[in-house]
Amino acid sequence: MTLELKTIMEAVLFAAERPLSPKDIRTLFAEATDEQNPALPESFRHVREAQLVAVLEELKVEYDTQQRSFQLVEIAGGWRVVSRPEFAPWLKRLLDEARPHRLSQPSLETLAIIALRQPISRADIAGIRGVEVDGVIRTLLERDLITITGKSDTPGRPMLYGTTQKFLEHFGLSNLDAMPKAAELRLQAAALKTAEEKVEVQKELIIHEEATQTNPQQS
Amino acid sequence: MESDYKVKLEVFEGPLDLLLYLIKKEEVDIYDIPIERITNQYMEYLSLMKLLNLEVAGEFLVMAATLMYIKSRMLLPADQQVTDSEAEEGEDPRWELIRQLVEYKKFKDAALHLGRREEEQSNIFYRQSPDPGVDVDADVPLAEVGIFDLINAFNQVLKRASDREDFREIIEEQFTVSDKIEEILYTTRERLQVVFSELFAQASSRAEVVVTFLALLELIRLKRMRVQQQQAFGEIQIVRV
Repeated sequence: MTLELKTIMEAVLFAAERPLSPKDIRTLFAEATDEQNPALPESFRHVREAQLVAVLEELKVEYDTQQRSFQLVEIAGGWRVVSRPEFAPWLKRLLDEARPHRLSQPSLETLAIIALRQPISRADIAGIRGVEVDGVIRTLLERDLITITGKSDTPGRPMLYGTTQKFLEHFGLSNLDAMPKAAELRLQAAALKTAEEKVEVQKELIIHEEATQTNPQQS
Repeated sequence: MESDYKVKLEVFEGPLDLLLYLIKKEEVDIYDIPIERITNQYMEYLSLMKLLNLEVAGEFLVMAATLMYIKSRMLLPADQQVTDSEAEEGEDPRWELIRQLVEYKKFKDAALHLGRREEEQSNIFYRQSPDPGVDVDADVPLAEVGIFDLINAFNQVLKRASDREDFREIIEEQFTVSDKIEEILYTTRERLQVVFSELFAQASSRAEVVVTFLALLELIRLKRMRVQQQQAFGEIQIVRV
């Protein structure tokens, strides 16, 4: 067995129970020790993050080209080894019982709003959806997909909500920008001064939207 | 009102959802909503929902009123428009609604995308840490507090609250136990431990104190919180489990 950077990282990713960021991995290299053979961990002591990222990319390509049953994906700011979807029928039998139910439509809508407009109060979410969100918020809090991130300075000091790391993991997102149209949806309508300006922006968005819709299914 | 619905009623998440559905069904431009037609359609749906004994949430009725208002404003000639202090000069009365609809639609699309991703993710598996379980015992073995100690402490807080209540502006505020539960969990998020009276320091009325106390009791019942004190009649500490 050759103990090189790549194989060590492979072992680490294989055993990890959470997505590992290049920084996490670098910390491992910086702190690992071996009494029998102190020189070996020492030789990786000063590995740089950029180097690690390069190896991660390399491993990813390697698993893909070798058609392994697993792949290396970027999730929630880190990297994780996951099975390929083709193996789902068997893995489902093995593991699925512990999986929570899929989210309801109101939950998904509320999550989309929170993800892109966080930190946001319940009242503001309800304003966008046009319906009360109390029950939904409770469910999402219980499932640890959102969390209270603070209190607003506006009257009544309402709680503000944001999405969690688990949210990214649940949807397999590398970060919030990986959500479709993340940048546009973050635009606060209030920040747009005049009605004309608003109309301009909205028209632009529609054109953009139509353009993306004519594209064959992405994602 | 005749209608030839093939009754295939979708479940609408709210009035905006229903409006989007109507706009799509009628194939009209979302930026130039024929308000009369859409309002009529909307009202028909509401009566249909009532007919089918579906519960019509208050929000649907509010939207009905908004639609009627816009419709009536659009009937007025331009020079007789009420100048709403907020609305800009000559602004189309439909604008606010349109803006809301367009925004809602975008988030609805984003939700659709999330739903698809969730489905994809359900076919992907990875190593997961077993449930860490509850690590109950920390270090200092403090005495558990009984319900009477709690009520006693609560009484003191309540007295302080009524002292505070003399002269103040009246702001209508509503507190629910579940809101307060979240608030307590939030307060104890970073510090695992807070002093009992601290929980009530911000409370502005008896009602709020009572609701906060109920929330605390609920958390104790759910074993999310423990209450302890170091000596008899000492300060009660709330510890997150």
